[in-house]
Amino acid sequence: MDGLRFLVVEDSPTMRQLISFSLKRFKGCRIVEAVDGVDALKKLQTEEVDMVLTDINMPVMDGLKLVSLVRQNVKTKDLPIVIITTEGAQEDRDRGLALGANAYISKPIQSSHLLKVIGEILEKNG
Amino acid sequence: MAEDHNDLFKKSQEFLQMLSQQKDFIHDLLRENERLRYQVASLQNSSGDQTQLAMELEHLRHRLEQIEREKKELREAYQRVEDENKDFAQRYVEIEDQNNNLANLYVASYQLHSTLDFQEVVHIVMEIIINLIGAEVFSIMLLDEKTNELGVIAHEGYDEGITFPAIRIAEGVIGEVSKTGEPYYINQASEDYRVDFLHPIACIPLKIKENVIGVINIHKLLVQKDAFTAVDYELFSLLAAHAATAIFSSKLYSQSERKLTTIQGFLDLLTTPASKG
Repeated sequence: MDGLRFLVVEDSPTMRQLISFSLKRFKGCRIVEAVDGVDALKKLQTEEVDMVLTDINMPVMDGLKLVSLVRQNVKTKDLPIVIITTEGAQEDRDRGLALGANAYISKPIQSSHLLKVIGEILEKNG
Repeated sequence: MAEDHNDLFKKSQEFLQMLSQQKDFIHDLLRENERLRYQVASLQNSSGDQTQLAMELEHLRHRLEQIEREKKELREAYQRVEDENKDFAQRYVEIEDQNNNLANLYVASYQLHSTLDFQEVVHIVMEIIINLIGAEVFSIMLLDEKTNELGVIAHEGYDEGITFPAIRIAEGVIGEVSKTGEPYYINQASEDYRVDFLHPIACIPLKIKENVIGVINIHKLLVQKDAFTAVDYELFSLLAAHAATAIFSSKLYSQSERKLTTIQGFLDLLTTPASKG
């Protein structure tokens, strides 16, 4: 799992830094940051990434719309997506997963849990 | 004479017969002797085997005891290793938790001191409360030194139209926290708890040394969060000191910026040559 490339989509600089901090446990990983869904789509056009980690509540374009658009795009439809959000209700979780997210993590995040979930997705995807 | 001769012949015949019988008897005796010797020899051999068997059994018994002892020692060693493994696993979990806590504290601290803009600092404090502590309904209050009352400067999650009362020092839970500088927590609110501004589930003083400059009131946690965790208390301690310093510094900076602009305005006014008229 060396040299992975992550796209972290978060409007909160605090969370972007915390998630990036946790991801650095993957040796040689590269982190691309985006502040909302539109910014993320732009970055996906120019950057090659292995996984997207996105918040839901963001200005301009929220995380659910982003998940939906990523799944519709031929180039990115198989990209693993992890939703990281304060929305912890079961219906939010179901909605996120139904749109095509591979995992749904509620804030506040535990670094070890985040890494475990990412590891499981990467293992499943070979 | 003939009768004597017959008699003698008869006797010799009988004698010969007796000799023949004796010969057979001796043969029988010899055969029996040989058979018995063989049996004695067999028995002697058999007795030797049994002794050897007994010795081997004794040796095996010793070996078995030795193996039992080794097995017991191995089992004890295995148990020790298993206990150590459990300790290591436990320690690993603890270190992971500590890592997580340190990451949260590092990021919170880094972000709090990343700007001198008052509004930005307040926004960062709110982000920390939402994302790292997991609060859904909360407010930040600052102490007005003129009126000696706490007033809300930022809030999140309350019902629309709520009016936030000004809190006097030592008045109620919030006022008491601002007076003593000691945080207040209810680790787990009761199920029928309703948001009541005057009764938060946590009230954290914002302190610069011993001076309380404000408080953070938490009234409700996110639905997925049942109670405060160990890292939350660490974050509260960090917020109590670092958020207070960051808020106070940025406030002073904003004030000095305003004063500087005013003074600069005066200076410009004084140094500008009077218009010719």
